[in-house]
Formats: sequence, structure tokens, C-alpha cells
Amino acid sequence: MALIETQEITKTYRLGDIALNALNNVSLTIEKGEFIAIMGPSGSGKSTFMNILGCLDKPTSGRYLLEGIDVAHMDRDELASIRNKKLGFVFQGFNLLPRTSALENVELPLLYDGLPAKERAERSGAALAKVGLEGRENHHPNQLSGGQQQRVAIARALVNNSPIILADEPTGNLDTKTSFEIMELFVKLNKESNITIILVTHEKDIADFSRRFIFFRDGVVLSDEFSVKT
Amino acid sequence: MIDIPSTIRISFRALRVNKMRSALTMLGIIIGVGAVIAMLAVGTGAAQRLGEQLASMGSNLIMIVPGSSTAGGVRMGAGTQSTLSIGDADAIQKECPAVLYVAPVHSGAGQVVYGNQNWSTGITGTTANMLLVRDWPLTEGRPFTDEEVRSAAKVCLLGQTVVENLFGGINPIGQIIRIKNVPFTVIGVLEAKGQDPGGHDQDDVVYIPVTTAQKKLFGTTFPGMIRTIMVKARSGDDLAAAEQQINELLKQRHHIGVRQDDDFTVRNLTQMMQAAEQQTAVMNLLLGAIASVSLLVGGIGIMNIMLVSVTERTREIGIRMAIGAKTWDIRLQFIIEALILSLIGGLAGLIAGITASEILSALAGWNTVITPLSLLLSLGFSGIVGVFFGFYPAYKASLLDPIEALRYE
Repeated sequence: MALIETQEITKTYRLGDIALNALNNVSLTIEKGEFIAIMGPSGSGKSTFMNILGCLDKPTSGRYLLEGIDVAHMDRDELASIRNKKLGFVFQGFNLLPRTSALENVELPLLYDGLPAKERAERSGAALAKVGLEGRENHHPNQLSGGQQQRVAIARALVNNSPIILADEPTGNLDTKTSFEIMELFVKLNKESNITIILVTHEKDIADFSRRFIFFRDGVVLSDEFSVKT
Repeated sequence: MIDIPSTIRISFRALRVNKMRSALTMLGIIIGVGAVIAMLAVGTGAAQRLGEQLASMGSNLIMIVPGSSTAGGVRMGAGTQSTLSIGDADAIQKECPAVLYVAPVHSGAGQVVYGNQNWSTGITGTTANMLLVRDWPLTEGRPFTDEEVRSAAKVCLLGQTVVENLFGGINPIGQIIRIKNVPFTVIGVLEAKGQDPGGHDQDDVVYIPVTTAQKKLFGTTFPGMIRTIMVKARSGDDLAAAEQQINELLKQRHHIGVRQDDDFTVRNLTQMMQAAEQQTAVMNLLLGAIASVSLLVGGIGIMNIMLVSVTERTREIGIRMAIGAKTWDIRLQFIIEALILSLIGGLAGLIAGITASEILSALAGWNTVITPLSLLLSLGFSGIVGVFFGFYPAYKASLLDPIEALRYE
């Protein structure tokens, strides 16, 4: 059973009388442990695809099987629960809560999973250590560099032991050196913890860290190729 | 479900970010709760004072006064006719089963003299039963005996006001005073009662045997006539029955025909008191209701600020949703925030209300009473206001689209 399987997913936006297909019959299969870069020009449908993969949006038609379960027709709270347990998000703008310590930011998914405070703190501390932020637990986002903030966000994505991390241009706000450090962290997590990583990027050198490249254009998959080097 | 202590901590942090705004929002609730407590304290205080005054008059009281006399077509007003007699009083005592005690009253005003002190006061001729009718114990001495009433003995009981004015520090028992130049022996002193609901000093009184009043001090048109009869019914439930029994008995004794007007009036004092108490209760309710309006306005202030807060924190809501917050996690967070605002405001309002009522009683001399119920009620009400007005903003927040919310700048 594939980790993720999309079957003829179509997403249609209506603007008055005009129907716009942001995604048109996209069928893809992603196995556990893959490291995928999704690329394409803006308006190609890659963001819409990521939103659907992230259970933030529902397809107009088609099936989305996550670990064999069709999530396309779940309600808000069921989707929230899937996001909480199966998916970790890393955003371009970090999206950490301001005025909230690194530890508490990482704790959030566990808070919504209903875990007791002690276990939350332990697991969050461990997740922060894993991304190399030991000793920064009580720093607030505005006391951390961009790279460190993104590491907090990655720790937050990791903390619930989600099998999948969805990263939407995770290095878009970072300089080259820091970008590469973050990418190496992703590679490490992919290798050591067998976490499936799906990232959206514009940049070729960032995409090169992955092993599979999916190009979108006009709502369809233009190409889907595997890296030769592995 | 999300764990509540953490949510409370998150809410406190959110409120601390905008300290001034939170404080101003609370101010609405503070004023509302303070007003409710102060108003209820004033109302309860007034009711309590009235209740004390009513109780001091005695309970289950009925008063019988003669009817009005007519002289050449001019009606002279209640009590101008002399139609009641000692015989009527005795008959009521004997024949009305709903009646507990009866005391005849023949009264007037006069000057009382002791040594070089004098005082003008009301002189009430009655029997020992008067003390039972009015629930009025003696602090010293003894009441009249039946023998003293029968023989028109020159003995008297003094109210506290009279004692103070005539005797100062001297023990009045056994002393001789002169009432309208007739010497009387003081045999007892009445306990202090204070003012009646009409504001009259009930302690400014001298009780003497009714026979003495009739024969030696005030005289009567006909022998045995008295001014009023005071009656105590067996219980509150017996009041109506007692009233009816007295009416029937006196009609019969006074030979009043079906078409004739009564030559007496029976007044149920307790009913009048209850009416007054009801009025106070209505007043109290009205004051509370007016004050509640300000609490409501405070609630609208909370809703306003919470709506602003939801808009400002759209992105935060988006993050929380992406991470797995469910509909009720988001709602609860904002409802708890509104609840914290209103409860802290309520607690501060409690202090404000208590202070305000202290100031009112100190400056205006009003009797204010703060009951635990009024504190609980206003605090509970402010909590309800918080939840009620916090719900709509929380509901709005929970319906945000996570994708839109995450994109919000």
C-alpha cells in the first residue's frame, strides 16, 4: 500500500461564470520514505496540490488515499485530526506563534492531541534537540535567527511522529548557507527517521537535495522523474 | 479535547499583549458589576431597615378604630366618633377564635414631670395585654396586674425616650412622676424599639391602665368608651379570618343593619406592611435591572474587542488549525479569553461595588447591605455575559478557512 495515492484529483475554482481547473486529473503515488521536490511556475497548481495533500483543502473530484484511507470527504474536525497525527507543516514564513517560547511552539500539535503537560514538554525538548536547538527551549521567535526559527518549525512538524512533512518553500526566506543547512536537516530526517518529505521550491539547487522531481504546469503533471544519483 | 489549564495560560498571554485594551474592556464589566452590587446593597439595605421597623411594631396586628362622625353634613374623619368600648374589646377576646390578644387603647397627650424635669409625650391607657400584642418586653420592672387595671391604679410603664428625658442616669423604678398633675408610680421600663415605618419614635410613650386614663386623665363621652382596639391574630394565616370575625361581631354588637355604614373600621396593619415590603422588593428589582444594563453594555464591549482580536490573530488561528486544532479547540480558546476578561472584570467590580456601597453609607448615611447572594449573582452574571458575548467571535474564528487564514498578513 502506497503512503499517498491520488486518483484523478481535480480542483475547480469558479469565478463567476468561468470555471478554472487549478488541478486536472492528477494521479500520483508516493511511497513511504520518498524525498520529493514539487516544482513549477506560479499558477501551475502545485500550491493547490500541496494544500490538498496537506488536508487543508478538498478536491472537487477524485480520491485522495492517505495510508489507504480516503480523506477527500472527511469533515473539518476529521481533517484537523489527520493533519495533527499524519502531517507536519513547514512554511516559507516559519509561521511560529509570536510571544511564545520555542518549546511551547513545538508543543502545540501535542496540545491539540490532548497529551498531558509533562509528556508534551519531554517530547518537545527531544524534538528541539533533534534539530540542533538544545538550550534554546525558552527563546521566543524574535530572539532566534531565521534558520533557527525554521528549525523550530521543523521540530514542530516532527514532534507528533508524523510520517510526512510538507514543506512549502522552506528556504524561501533564508540565505544560501542557511538554506543548505536546513536542506541537510531534511535529508538527515529522511534518511535516519524514514520520514517522507515533500517540498515545493523554485530553486534548482534546493530541489537537487531530493530524489524525485515532479513538475506541474497548468494543473497537470508535466513530468515525474527520479534522480539518477540516489 | 484540548487541555484547559494550557488554554487559560495562552489566553492570559494574549490578554497581556494588549494590557491597556484588556483593562478598558474590563472597565465596562467592572462598572456593570459594581453598579449591580451597589444598587442591590442600597435596595437590600432599605428593605432591611423597613423590615426591622415593621417587626418592631409587632406581628399579625389588626387595629380597630371608630368610624367617622358627621356633624351637619360635614364628615369629620376616621376616629372622630366614640363607638368602641371596653366591652367590645372583651367580646372580641372571648368570641373571635382567630384572635390571640386584645388590648383596648384610650390615649391622649400630656406633660410628664419628675423633679425639675418635664417632658410632653403620648399617654396610652391600655391593659397588660398591650405588651403581648406589640411583642414588647420590659427591660425592668413588671407589667400591670389585672387588679391594677380594674381599680384604676396610678401606675405607669415608661418608654426609653421618656426615661432618658426625665431621669437621666437615675433608676426610674419606684419613682413617682406626675402626669397632668396626677402622681403615678413607675413600675416598669419598656425595651427600646426605635422608629416605626412612619418615622415616629415608638419609645416616646407612657403606658397607664386604661381605666386610669378614662377616669383620671382624659375622660370619656360615655362611660367605658375607648379610642382604638389593638388585636393580635393567632398567626399570619388567621389574619383574614380574625378580620372577618371582628367585623361580624362588632356589626352585631353595634346593631348595624345591612344597608347601614359601619361605625368602625378594621385595619389589617400586617397587610399594609406587606404591601410596603413588596414595594421595596419591586424597587430593589428595578435598581438591579437598571444596573444590569450597564453590565450588558460591558458585555458588548467584550464582544467588540474579541472580534478585533480574532481579526488580528487570523494568522495565528490558521497556524493552529494547520497543526490540528479542531473547531471547538479554537472556540474554547476565545470563549475562555472572553470569560477571563469578564471574570477578572467581575472580581474587580466586586471590590468596586463593595467600596461604592461603603462610601454611600458613609457619605449619604444610607443603610446598605451586601449579601453573599448579590456577590455571587453579579459574578455569575458577568461570567454568563463573558461566555455569551465571547461566543460569536469564537464562532467566527472557528469557521475561518485555514488556507486563507495562513495567507493573512
